[in-house]
Amino acid sequence: MEVEDLVQFGYLAAAVLFILALKWLSHPATARRGVKAGEIGMLLAVIGTLLKAEIVTYQWILVAFVLGSAIGIPLAVFMPMTAVPQRTALSHAFGALAAALVGTSEYYLHTDELSALIMGAIAFEVLLGFLTFTGSLMAFGKLQDLLPGRPIVYRGQNAVNLSLLAGAIAIAITLMVNPGATALFPVFAGLSLAFGVLLIIPIGGADMPTVISLLNAYAGLSAVAMGVVLDNNLLIIAGALDGSSGFILSVIMCRAMNRSFTNVLFGGFGQVKAATAGQVEERPVRSATAEESASILESASSVIIVPGYGMAVAQAQHKVRELYDALTRRGVDVRFAIHPVAGRMPGHMNVLLAEADIPYDRMLDLDEVNSEFPQADVALVIGANDVTNPAARNDPSSPIYGMPILDVDKAASVMVIKRGMSPGFAGVENELYYMDKTLMLFGDAKAFVGMVVKELSASPAGASPR
Amino acid sequence: MAQPDLDTALYIFVLATFVGLEVIRRVSPLLHTPLMSLTNAIAAISLVGSIVIAGSDRGTLSTVLGTIAVTASTANVVGGFMITDRMLKMFKERQPR
Repeated sequence: MEVEDLVQFGYLAAAVLFILALKWLSHPATARRGVKAGEIGMLLAVIGTLLKAEIVTYQWILVAFVLGSAIGIPLAVFMPMTAVPQRTALSHAFGALAAALVGTSEYYLHTDELSALIMGAIAFEVLLGFLTFTGSLMAFGKLQDLLPGRPIVYRGQNAVNLSLLAGAIAIAITLMVNPGATALFPVFAGLSLAFGVLLIIPIGGADMPTVISLLNAYAGLSAVAMGVVLDNNLLIIAGALDGSSGFILSVIMCRAMNRSFTNVLFGGFGQVKAATAGQVEERPVRSATAEESASILESASSVIIVPGYGMAVAQAQHKVRELYDALTRRGVDVRFAIHPVAGRMPGHMNVLLAEADIPYDRMLDLDEVNSEFPQADVALVIGANDVTNPAARNDPSSPIYGMPILDVDKAASVMVIKRGMSPGFAGVENELYYMDKTLMLFGDAKAFVGMVVKELSASPAGASPR
Repeated sequence: MAQPDLDTALYIFVLATFVGLEVIRRVSPLLHTPLMSLTNAIAAISLVGSIVIAGSDRGTLSTVLGTIAVTASTANVVGGFMITDRMLKMFKERQPR
């Protein structure tokens, strides 16, 4: 049939455009072209689908288009950049929900004609879809502070989670043998939903970059299963692209924390934390005022700023930009060192700094920047902690030993803006703070950077640029 | 229901995953957040599956589930591309002063 051929051709073009979109995304200079390519691909695919002979009524599709746009557009336009992790978690939830519902509907439509394999694919789609749906909602709740960000743990948690999963898989197998057991399907859906909640609640805020990446991979895989069930190759391709992106990011995040998937998901860190807390001792640190910091920064020739989640919480990125401008005007070379797990999702810090108009060629990642620290006069840490802790390099007994860190301690001098001396997420003391060359700058990141900027603009050196 | 061809599906999945891994490995860490929002928008191609369920008039349950699925996917398609572009617009190279 001619229309169907046309539709398939449109799908193929869309698949090519999606791959090109990701290819162009590899560099900021071509990235926006990538978005265009993706949009055109999507448009082709949707128009093609609307032409399909199976579509007989359009009213609900139109209603849903309007509703979906009414949800999606405000989320894209008004979401502040600090909240991008929340939006991403929500969009994983939406995508997974769609897959789960389509799978559910396919099951009830074709109960009598399902082969074991197709039933298996539907079960996979529904399980991943529903668990990613509730799991992403939990992640959203934690990121949005609707739920406590700290891990929620209880005795026997892993046993409960694993038996839930085992129960769901047992039902899936039963359904593969006997798809007609329709009473089991709602139980299966319920278990999947519950598993998603329980899987995410024990995970702490600082593990969110890994969790979001994992949920991304799950959402992609559920789309693949949906493509298999619906015999739609475009869905399989798009789902595989999404899944591989989530997989790569998960691996990068895990590597950046020197942890395994299972360790993140089954809460190995929670116990370590309990063990090391409590042995915090009072030790002397050197601190400095905004005025002193300003004069040190001003006389430096190379400064590396290390932003962390604390900068995002304090909304300090625009003040940091002013600091960058003030120092750059004085001829100081200012760069930013960004650890892969800084922030609440991969690349979070880069987006915040870019929003504050900091040029992207000033942002360096872990591999690029570590050789630069020994040549830097000042390393200025703003709201980062564990990713700067030299114990990860030096102390085999430390829980974070082996984690790749930013070698901040190799700079000629170190300044750390911090509210107080509380330990970081891992509950580990940071040796960096007690080094002779370290100055602690106590205060709110935004307020402190603001004071430094004020000092810089007031000092006479500002009159003679360079 | 047409019985899907599982062999072909598996081939396509494996090959697309290889392409995906190769292409995405090259994306700079700088752009990992836009990467996630773009792949999310692309995976919202589940919209096409949802449209078929919502529009093929095969009972109330399917229509209701399909309509919710189209709503959710549309939110991702529209929102995903828009916010990706909004983020990418912010990434600028240093202006010569």
